[in-house]
Amino acid sequence: MNNLVTVPRFTILGLFGPIWQWLIEPLQAGFMIKAIWVSAFVGVVCAVLSCYITLKGWSLMGDAVSHAVVPGVVVAYALGLPFAVGAFVFGFGATVIIGYVKSKTRLKEDAVIGVIFTGFFAFGLVLATKIPSNVDLFHILFGNVLGISPSDIIQTLITVIATLTIILLRRKDLLLFCFDPNHAKAIGLNTQLMYYTLLSVLALTIVTALQTAGIVLVIAMLVTPGSTAYLLTDRFDHMLAISIATSVVSCVLGTYLSYHLDVSTGGSIVVLMTILFGLAMVFAPKYGILSQKLKRQMPVSQ
Amino acid sequence: MRSDTFGITVENISVTYSNAHLALYNASCYVQPGTITGLVGPNGGGKSTLFKTIMGFVIPDQGRVHIDGLSIKMAQKRQLMAYVPQTDDVDWNFPISVADVVMMGRYGYMNMLRVSGREDRRQVAESLDRVGMSDFRRRQIGELSGGQKKRAFLARAMAQNSQVILLDEPFTGVDVKTEKRIVNLLLQLRDEGHTILVSTHDLASISTFCDRTILLNRTVLAAGTTAETFTEENLSMTFGGLPLSSLPQKNSLFQSHHE
Repeated sequence: MNNLVTVPRFTILGLFGPIWQWLIEPLQAGFMIKAIWVSAFVGVVCAVLSCYITLKGWSLMGDAVSHAVVPGVVVAYALGLPFAVGAFVFGFGATVIIGYVKSKTRLKEDAVIGVIFTGFFAFGLVLATKIPSNVDLFHILFGNVLGISPSDIIQTLITVIATLTIILLRRKDLLLFCFDPNHAKAIGLNTQLMYYTLLSVLALTIVTALQTAGIVLVIAMLVTPGSTAYLLTDRFDHMLAISIATSVVSCVLGTYLSYHLDVSTGGSIVVLMTILFGLAMVFAPKYGILSQKLKRQMPVSQ
Repeated sequence: MRSDTFGITVENISVTYSNAHLALYNASCYVQPGTITGLVGPNGGGKSTLFKTIMGFVIPDQGRVHIDGLSIKMAQKRQLMAYVPQTDDVDWNFPISVADVVMMGRYGYMNMLRVSGREDRRQVAESLDRVGMSDFRRRQIGELSGGQKKRAFLARAMAQNSQVILLDEPFTGVDVKTEKRIVNLLLQLRDEGHTILVSTHDLASISTFCDRTILLNRTVLAAGTTAETFTEENLSMTFGGLPLSSLPQKNSLFQSHHE
């Protein structure tokens, strides 16, 4: 009986054995299956949006929205509403207020964003520590995809589908809006509407990613995949594909790592994303540091 | 004369930016249909602001702009207005190809999903061909030379098929050969009935292709045929110090001269 198992063989199968084990074992726990596919879905939607956010230069805006949702989550729990509703209202509301304050004062946009989102965030902290609720501040801040509840999964799914649908239907207009809003206006498109469409999609995406990455790290999921892809290609459709690939790989692998190493899920996802970004920065065929250096060393090749 | 040509009417426009900088004061002019009109003035004289006001990007404090009675919004909805931006206003690192940019000129004709039809693709190919950029259609826009960049955006305006085309500083950073080429295209477009407004601070080329000229420094100082307008006196008034008597008194008007 014994000798069936003990023959050591240096074959591909033998190499894949432990990897297979590593991949399969966590799936025996139901919560891991849920966590992996939820984080993969979130990875897709964040990756898609991150292409627009990096091209538009809205990283700081993303950071702002993610922090501004905190009071919304607390209020939603206190009122017994779905957390996604409260988070969206406050996240989107913060961007409207940012736009209003910017138009009424002589401050630059980054200062306005800084003032408003920290204000929202602080208000959320005050509420969370005062209102008795089962909101775990740590979970809001750093995510808790391993402990995601069925109702949260449904909320996440609805927001993921809504976000992807909006982006898919408006993708060309949104890209035009990022590239040349003046031309969009010149051909009679409603750029104000596009501005708020992109903002509400941003708020929605952040709401979906809250469970996975948490408020503090959600911005990484919204910026890093797009930035990595931007370094690797000159075509938007390729950028989307690369962004989605790096994001999903990081999300799935990160969830595995957090299980095996017993570390934070959001943390390991973002660490993986950052490593991929670093690799792209150094080794990207055209815009990488290495190839730029090589190009400078031999300027005339033809 | 063709009946589908359009003129631009600028009525008494004043624009103040949020930092209290007065960019335009009581500017009025009429851009005649089917002409190439040069908008000439010193840097900081309000050329770009006037362009942005005509295109509806900037809302004036007072006055109004219309295209033969049509509001700017209506004119834009009808695809009557095209805008060729300054080179500095474009993100050349954007992951987009020349053909993609030109196709954006057709978005106003497409359905909500912006799916291009046969006519859209034909117009894009034809525009690229006319500006001599067909071979570069797959290039990322940042890989183009200065003149090619200008031609790519001119092709977008041509694909848009607008009656009114505004070009903001089309000759900066462009060699003589490309300038000639662009001028030839503009002359062709004018002969097809387009109304073209070109802003420039390059005086030398104006008289070679502009039918009419508008001199601008905070307000319209002179307007008319290029021969009438290009007098020594008018030019020194535009580019030299402003004679105080020729302008309505307004303190902030003169502040920037001391900066």
